[in-house]
Amino acid sequence: MSDSASKDNPEQAEFRQHCRDWLCDNTPAEPSFRLPISALEIMTEEQLTYLKDWQKSAYDAGLVGCDYPVAYGGGGRTNCQRIANEEMHRAKTPYMPNIIGLGMAAPTLLQYGQEELKKHLLPRLFSGEDIWCQGFSEPGSGSDLASVQTFAQRDGDAWVINGHKVWTSLAHFAAWMIILLRTDKTQKHGGLSYFVVPISSALDQGVSVKPLIKMTGETGFNEVLFEDLEVDDGLRLGALGHGWQVATTTLLHERDAGELVTPRSGGMKNAATHNANTTNLIDLARKTQYNGKAAVEDPLLRDRIMRQLIRETALEENQRRTRVPALLEHPARLQLQNKLLRSEIAQETSALALEVAGASASLYLGDQNAPAAGQWPLAYMSTYGNTIAAGTSEVQRNILGERVLSLAKSK
Amino acid sequence: MAQPDDYGFSEEASLIKDSARKFFKNNFSTDKLHRMVADNSDSSRAPESLWNKELWQQLLELGWTLLAVPESAEGLGLPAVAVAGLVEEAGRAAFPCPLLATLNATYVLAACGDSGNAALKEIAEGATATLALTNRTGSWRLQDTEVSATQRKLNGTAWFVQDARKVDRLLVCAKKDTGHSLYWVASDAPGITVHADRIVDLTRDQAHVEFLDVEAEEICEDGLKALEQAFPAIWTMLAADVIGAAEWQLQTTTEYARTRTQFERPLGFFQAVKHPLVDVMIQIDEAKSLVYNAACAIDHEPQRAAEYAHMAKASASETAAFASSRSVQFHGGIGYTWECFVQLYFKRQKHSQLLWGDAAWHRARLADIVLGKID
Ligand SMILES: Cc1cc2nc3c(=O)[nH]c(=O)nc-3n(C[C@H](O)[C@H](O)[C@H](O)COP(=O)(O)OP(=O)(O)OC[C@H]3O[C@@H](n4cnc5c(N)ncnc54)[C@H](O)[C@@H]3O)c2cc1C
Repeated sequence: MSDSASKDNPEQAEFRQHCRDWLCDNTPAEPSFRLPISALEIMTEEQLTYLKDWQKSAYDAGLVGCDYPVAYGGGGRTNCQRIANEEMHRAKTPYMPNIIGLGMAAPTLLQYGQEELKKHLLPRLFSGEDIWCQGFSEPGSGSDLASVQTFAQRDGDAWVINGHKVWTSLAHFAAWMIILLRTDKTQKHGGLSYFVVPISSALDQGVSVKPLIKMTGETGFNEVLFEDLEVDDGLRLGALGHGWQVATTTLLHERDAGELVTPRSGGMKNAATHNANTTNLIDLARKTQYNGKAAVEDPLLRDRIMRQLIRETALEENQRRTRVPALLEHPARLQLQNKLLRSEIAQETSALALEVAGASASLYLGDQNAPAAGQWPLAYMSTYGNTIAAGTSEVQRNILGERVLSLAKSK
Repeated sequence: MAQPDDYGFSEEASLIKDSARKFFKNNFSTDKLHRMVADNSDSSRAPESLWNKELWQQLLELGWTLLAVPESAEGLGLPAVAVAGLVEEAGRAAFPCPLLATLNATYVLAACGDSGNAALKEIAEGATATLALTNRTGSWRLQDTEVSATQRKLNGTAWFVQDARKVDRLLVCAKKDTGHSLYWVASDAPGITVHADRIVDLTRDQAHVEFLDVEAEEICEDGLKALEQAFPAIWTMLAADVIGAAEWQLQTTTEYARTRTQFERPLGFFQAVKHPLVDVMIQIDEAKSLVYNAACAIDHEPQRAAEYAHMAKASASETAAFASSRSVQFHGGIGYTWECFVQLYFKRQKHSQLLWGDAAWHRARLADIVLGKID
C-alpha cells in the first residue's frame, strides 16, 4: 500500500510537518471514562466537554477547516485537510464531536450561505463551540426525503415553522440545525427550501428536543418538534424552492463524496472505542479457542477472515484509486460506493467476530469475562446505524444504478 | 520500500492503456470475435486454435510483448502497472492471443537472473512462449511438476499448458535429483507432442504437452525460487485480464437492462436486476483497486507482492464468477443461446477464475502469510 506522504507538494509537506510537531506535544491523554464508538452516541456532558476541548485545540492549531477561506475562520490552504486527517489518525487522537457541522453543515454553508452568515457561523462551527445537527428525516419521510412535510409559512421577512423531525443526532447538544423545509405544498421537489435554524437558544420557544433510545441502549438521536418557531429569511441557504439542490450538497458530503474533505480525526483505541476492522478481528481470533485450538487455525474461519481482509484492503485501495483519474471508468463511481462499502464491510466483519467469539459473544459491555470488554456485540449492532443512516444501503444501490449505470429510476 | 500514491501509473502507462483500448475498438469487435471462435457450435468438433495472427503481428510491432522485458535484454522494462493496464484492455476485448502466456514466461525469465537473458532477447525479438509446469491433477503448487530432467533430457507430461499451440517456446519446470530447474525449448522440438485439450473457453487454447527424451537448455538452477518471485506478477496479470473482461460483461448487461423492456419498463427499473448489477460493479472496482495495488507492489514493495497478488486474484476470481452469472441471467433466453456474445465471456471468465488458483486457494495462501501456516 502507499505512503501518501511521498506524494506531498511543498505546501502539503510543510503542513504535514506542522501537524506532526503539534500532535507530538498536544495529543490528549485517554480519558478516565468510557467514550462511545462515535460522536453520534455522545451521552454525557463529561464526554462532550472532553471531545469539545480536543476539537477546539485542534482548530486553534490549524488542523480543522484547513481548506476553507481565512475570512470564514478557515486555514486558507489547498488540499491540506486530508493531510491533517492522516496525521491526526496516525497520532491516535480522539474524534471530533461536531461531525455533522464539519461534515455537512460547513460545506453547505460555504456554498450557499450569505456572506454575513458564513462569517458568523463557520468559525464557531470549526472550533466546536457550536454543535450542529441535521433535521432532514421525519416520521413519514425517510428514504423518500423529498416528501418532508415540516412547513415554513412566510410572514413578511420571517418564516414560521411547524412540524416534526426525527432521528436527529446530536440535537440534544446542538446550537444549530440544518433543515429541509416545505415552503410550497403544491409541488414535491420544487416545494422545498433549505434553512439553518437555532436549537438550544430556542428551546421552549418554538423548539423541543426529546431523546430516543437506540437498540444498543445508547441515546444520541432525538425527536425535534417545531411549534411556531419564527426565523429570519437571512437564515435561508440557496434560493426559495431550491432546497433539494442544496440538500444534495449536504448528502454528497455526508457520504464522503463531496468536494471538500471533511475534517476528521480519531484513531484512539481504548477499551471503549473498538473498530470493527480485521486487525481487531484477527486479534480476537488469536486469543479465542475454537473447537480445541486457536480460532485463527481453523481453515473455514481463516477463509472468512481473509475475505474480510481482502474487502477492507480493497476499500482503502478504492480511495487511493480515486486520486488516479487514468484508472477510473466514471468520475463518481468509486466515491458513491464509499459509504455503502464502509458500512457493509464493517457489518460483515463484526458479525464474523461474534461467530469467532462463539458462546462468549453473548457477553456484553461490563461483563468481566467478555472478550474485548464486550465491544463486539455493540460494534455489530452499531453497524446497522451506518447501513440505515445517511441513505440506506438499498437507496445507495439505487443511486449507483441510476447515476453511474444509467438504469431506469426506481422512483 | 513504499509505494507511490498514484501506483506509479505514469502518463506513458496511460497512453498505452488508451491506445490498446482504441486498437481493439477499431480492429476487433465482439462480433468479429464471435465469427472467429464461435463459427462452429458442434461440441464434438476437434479442438482448434482460432486466432488472428495478422492482428497479433501488429501488436508485436507495437511492442506490446516488449513492455515487461527488462532493458538489459533489449526490452522496455516498464513497471507492472503499465503492463496491467494493457492486459486489462486485452481482457476487455477477450482477444485470443498468447499475450498473457508470453508475459508469464517473461516474468519467470526475468527472475532467473543473467541466465534468462538470452531467452528474454528472443521474446524481445518477437518470440512467444508459455509456462509448462502443472501436473495432471491441476495442482497450483509450484513444485508439483510431472516432468523430470536427467542429463539435459526432459521426460514426462506438463498439463494445462496455456495457449500451447500458439507459442514458439516452452518454459518448462522439471524435477532433477538436486531440485527443480527451468528449461527453455522450442515448442516443436523433436520429442515434443502437443495434445490439444477440448476446453470450454473458446478464446483460448490449452494442451498437455508430452516430452520424450527432449533435449533442452537448462537456464535456471533454482527454478522454484524464480517461480516464487515471478508468480505474484502472473496472478496479478491474470486478475487484470479478468477485470477488463468483467467490465465488458457489466457494460453489455447494463446496456441490455437499459433497452429491453418488460412490464412496460426497462429491465433496469426492477431492483432485482438493478441491485445485482451494482454489486457486479462494486466487485469489479474492489478487484481493480487490488490489481493495481499488487502490480505496484511488484516494483515498489516486493516483500508484500505475493500477499497483495493473492488478494487481487482471489477478488478477481469471485468477480469473474459473479459477473458471468449475472450477465447470462439478465439476458434471459437470448443469454442462453450460442448466438449471444455473453457466452464467450462467460466461458473465458470461468477459465480465468480457476487458472493459477481459484479464490479459496488464494485466500488460503494469503492466510498462511497473514496468520501463519497451519498443518
Ligand atoms: C443512527 C442513525 C442516526 C440518524 N441520524 C439522523 C440525523 O441526524 N438527521 C436526520 O435527518 N436523519 C437521521 N437518521 C435517519 C435516516 O436518515 C433514516 O433512518 C434513513 O434515511 C431511512 O429512512 P427511514 O428510517 O424512514 O426508513 P424507510 O425509508 O422507511 O426504509 C425502510 C426500509 O425500506 C427500504 N426502502 C425504502 N425505500 C426504498 C426504495 N426506494 N428501494 C428499496 N428499498 C427501499 C430501506 O432501505 C429500509 O430498508 C438517522 C438514522 C440512524 C439509524
